[in-house]
Amino acid sequence: MSDTVISVRDLYKVFGDDPTNAMKLVRDGIGKDDLLERTGHVIGLSDINLQIERRQIQVVMGLSGSGKSTLIRHLNRLVEPTEGMIKVDGQDIMAYGEKDLLEFRRHNISMVFQRFSLFPHRTVLENIGYGLNTQQQPKVEIKTRAMRWIDRVGLSGYEDYFPAQLSGGMQQRVGLARALATDAEILLMDEAFSALDPLIRAEMQTILLDLQEELHKTIVFITHDLDEALHIGDRIAILRDGEIIQDDDPQNIIMKPADDYVADFMKDINRSRVVRARSIMTNLRGTETGPKINASMILENVAQVMGMTPDKACIVINKQGEPVGRLTIADVIKGMARPNSSGTRIT
Amino acid sequence: MESWLLETPQMSQDTLRAIKRGIDKGYMEFSRAYGADIEAAFEPMLYFLIWFEKLLLSAPWWSIILVITAITWFAARRWTLVFGVVIALLLIGYFGMWENTMRTMAMILVCTLLAILIGIPIGILMSRSDRTQSTVLPVLDVMQTMPSFVYLIPVVMLLGIGKVPGLLAVVIYAIPPVIRLTNLGIRLVDREVLEAADAFGASKWQKLCDIQIPLAMPNIMAGINQTIMMALAMVVIASMIGVKGLGQPVLQAVTNQYFALGLFNGLAVVALAIIFDRVTQSWGLRMQTYRQGTGDE
Repeated sequence: MSDTVISVRDLYKVFGDDPTNAMKLVRDGIGKDDLLERTGHVIGLSDINLQIERRQIQVVMGLSGSGKSTLIRHLNRLVEPTEGMIKVDGQDIMAYGEKDLLEFRRHNISMVFQRFSLFPHRTVLENIGYGLNTQQQPKVEIKTRAMRWIDRVGLSGYEDYFPAQLSGGMQQRVGLARALATDAEILLMDEAFSALDPLIRAEMQTILLDLQEELHKTIVFITHDLDEALHIGDRIAILRDGEIIQDDDPQNIIMKPADDYVADFMKDINRSRVVRARSIMTNLRGTETGPKINASMILENVAQVMGMTPDKACIVINKQGEPVGRLTIADVIKGMARPNSSGTRIT
Repeated sequence: MESWLLETPQMSQDTLRAIKRGIDKGYMEFSRAYGADIEAAFEPMLYFLIWFEKLLLSAPWWSIILVITAITWFAARRWTLVFGVVIALLLIGYFGMWENTMRTMAMILVCTLLAILIGIPIGILMSRSDRTQSTVLPVLDVMQTMPSFVYLIPVVMLLGIGKVPGLLAVVIYAIPPVIRLTNLGIRLVDREVLEAADAFGASKWQKLCDIQIPLAMPNIMAGINQTIMMALAMVVIASMIGVKGLGQPVLQAVTNQYFALGLFNGLAVVALAIIFDRVTQSWGLRMQTYRQGTGDE
């Protein structure tokens, strides 16, 4: 029942004066450094393939310079690819003319920016209503809908403030409300919370997840912060030097990193807070007793439950309440421990 | 030593004379052929100028002061400024320069209006393409550095002496700042903000009207302010081709060595300049209140 909304195939982006010709060399398999030396062109994105499912939060993670901001800007064609295909809801958006593209951006896709990019001369209300403005909705409609979103992001009473009068966290709430107000199904978030300090960031993540419970948007979320990626992502793609090295379920990324680079990334995370019971459970033996725990419970909470019972093992149950596996205290401790530097677990 | 090393190479006097005569003759023919049409094209402007001048001259002095005071208040919201403006206008009247001041004011306002109507669209076009910018900029440089007396000659040849040639000369002289600063202001609008507008599907026109012009407004206002100041400077020179107003007594004072007459009228120009300058500047400033945070951060 996979339902792909955004499909990116064989996408390349080459920066420089004559990308088309440089592209030929890239197709012949020239290396990044050689290309730069011989033609002065830089490979921004290379052979990107990405399928994004409906109503999921797809995180794209990478360090600065990995091409993640370039990638997300391809999805609404703020950046044009050198080669490749991008389909949204089965429509080839590369085939769109100017008018179709404007309509697409007005109704189907919206965006939240790293440095908020609010319109400094417009009030909070006018900022949030901006997308409806470009849709040429009637004024009254714009106002009522914008007011509703102001309320939803907890900014009631601030509608006549200018962005410069708000704190960073409040500004990004405006940014989020502005993006949501158009009722676009796809939401692009380009390091949306990276500029905020940790407490506010956590608060914004919660706001986003709460909204997502209800709205079920398809969200593409760019971040360089692994904790953030693991916290909100339904799926995480890891980007390095313009290439996707792993695109997987978060638990798989933690438990089965594709290579040393990814493993290295996972080194510093607090595993007890991100690894879930289902990722480390072992097969049922059929004779289990003990407390029942949810398959999606994080190890920190599992440890808490197990610490309170005399049993040495517990039963892992799925959403329907059926037992699907078991966990012993030893399993939990092993799951929390960091694998050694080569990426293999100490056994 | 060879003579060409000592003197700059020069064409013969005859050739030079022929070239000058050729240009003059060509232009004369052009102005004979099209002068009347061009003058007719400016007719609506002339009527507007005359109507406006009459309005300012026929209205009672106190009503003019009242209107200017109201405008100053709405633009600046500062009582000190309003007070200064009233005093300056009263002094101008007391020294018998009211009529000339009204004439000059009418001229300046019409010229500025014209400069804005022509200048802002040109500035917008320049901001949209580097090629337009690189063709218009040198033209503006020439307009600004060419001695202003030089414009007067072709304008007079084409249109004779009077209000319309004066208007034309003033507008040509005063328009560069509003063009330059409109262009600059739009180019300085934050790229990230424009990207956000793009992401929400704003058309070029929507971007221009909702984002670029409002954000460029402080710069555009500075350009308009400069244009007004330059128009004021030119209006004195334009008195040589028959523009009435404060310039004429100044011209008269220069030719007859009447120091006091020159000084009084000169000070009246200064007073007008200060009024226009302060009013437009404080208005420009008030339009940017959104830039100031309240310290919530």
